[in-house]
Amino acid sequence: MTTRRNSVRFASWAFLTLLVLALVGFMGWRVIGPLQVQADARLGLVTLGDLVFYVLAALTLAGAAGVAFSRNVLHSAIGLLMALLGVGALYVLLSADFLAVTQLLVYIGGVLVLVLFAVMLTNRIGEVNVSNRSVGLAGGVGLFLAAAPILLFVAVRAPWPLDPARPMFPTTELIGDAFLSRWLLPFELASLLLLATLIGAVVIARKETSAE
Amino acid sequence: MLNVSLTHYLVVGALLFCFGMVTVATRRNAVGVLMGIELLLNAANVNFVAFNHYLPPETWAGQTFGEVSGQVFALFVIVLAAAEAAVGLAIVLAIFQSTRNTDVRDANVMRE
Repeated sequence: MTTRRNSVRFASWAFLTLLVLALVGFMGWRVIGPLQVQADARLGLVTLGDLVFYVLAALTLAGAAGVAFSRNVLHSAIGLLMALLGVGALYVLLSADFLAVTQLLVYIGGVLVLVLFAVMLTNRIGEVNVSNRSVGLAGGVGLFLAAAPILLFVAVRAPWPLDPARPMFPTTELIGDAFLSRWLLPFELASLLLLATLIGAVVIARKETSAE
Repeated sequence: MLNVSLTHYLVVGALLFCFGMVTVATRRNAVGVLMGIELLLNAANVNFVAFNHYLPPETWAGQTFGEVSGQVFALFVIVLAAAEAAVGLAIVLAIFQSTRNTDVRDANVMRE
């Protein structure tokens, strides 16, 4: 019984790892190498590019649902990993290559690792009910049903002034120009904020030494 | 309908936002609440980048910086999210050191 459960668990972990590796490979491939496949080749109802979008969107939303409804806070962190990776891949589809790599470096490499550290440091592993919810599933679903229709209605019905012919182009140079000309003051303020954050986080999180 | 355009990305952003809001509202664990905030910020970012790609760029002082303004805003959001995560998790650790718990309902005093 236990060996069977263990093998099932191993298979699911292997599947998850493969999925994550495939996603990272996909992002790197799209950012670094030119796309060899015809993105507008038709595949039944949808084109190949659209199919990629649907798969990535489903992955992102599945991860987000895992964050929202999982019982274990560690599983929530894994869901957050899927959601952040999916969002980064969507950035690639929106011709935001620099932003996709930044998402990978800052979110996956920084924020998610920080969250995992916090989970490990503050949770007694195995105590699942440390991370349960307070309003309960009914409240969460009710909130979802209250908010989602309004947002979806606006997204679908609003007459956006679309600009159809935007080709994909590298954006790193343009972003650098914009940071050092139009957005110079916010850019410098952001660096100040990061310095203050570094000092503040160290001061808050260090062990209290008695004042004697 | 099935051809991907701005609306599809907005729908993804809206659903991400709803999931993040549900997480923030229903979690008891402070780390879980912070994860929900990350989802909310990512939903806003998806919208920024989608608008940037699909809407026509505006010009400023004779130059079209508007081509990437959405992505610049998204980068600022990422910077703020990283700062927020660092400070937030530091606060969670400080609360955990004093109460041995990360339940947000227990964190109702500024000092013991």
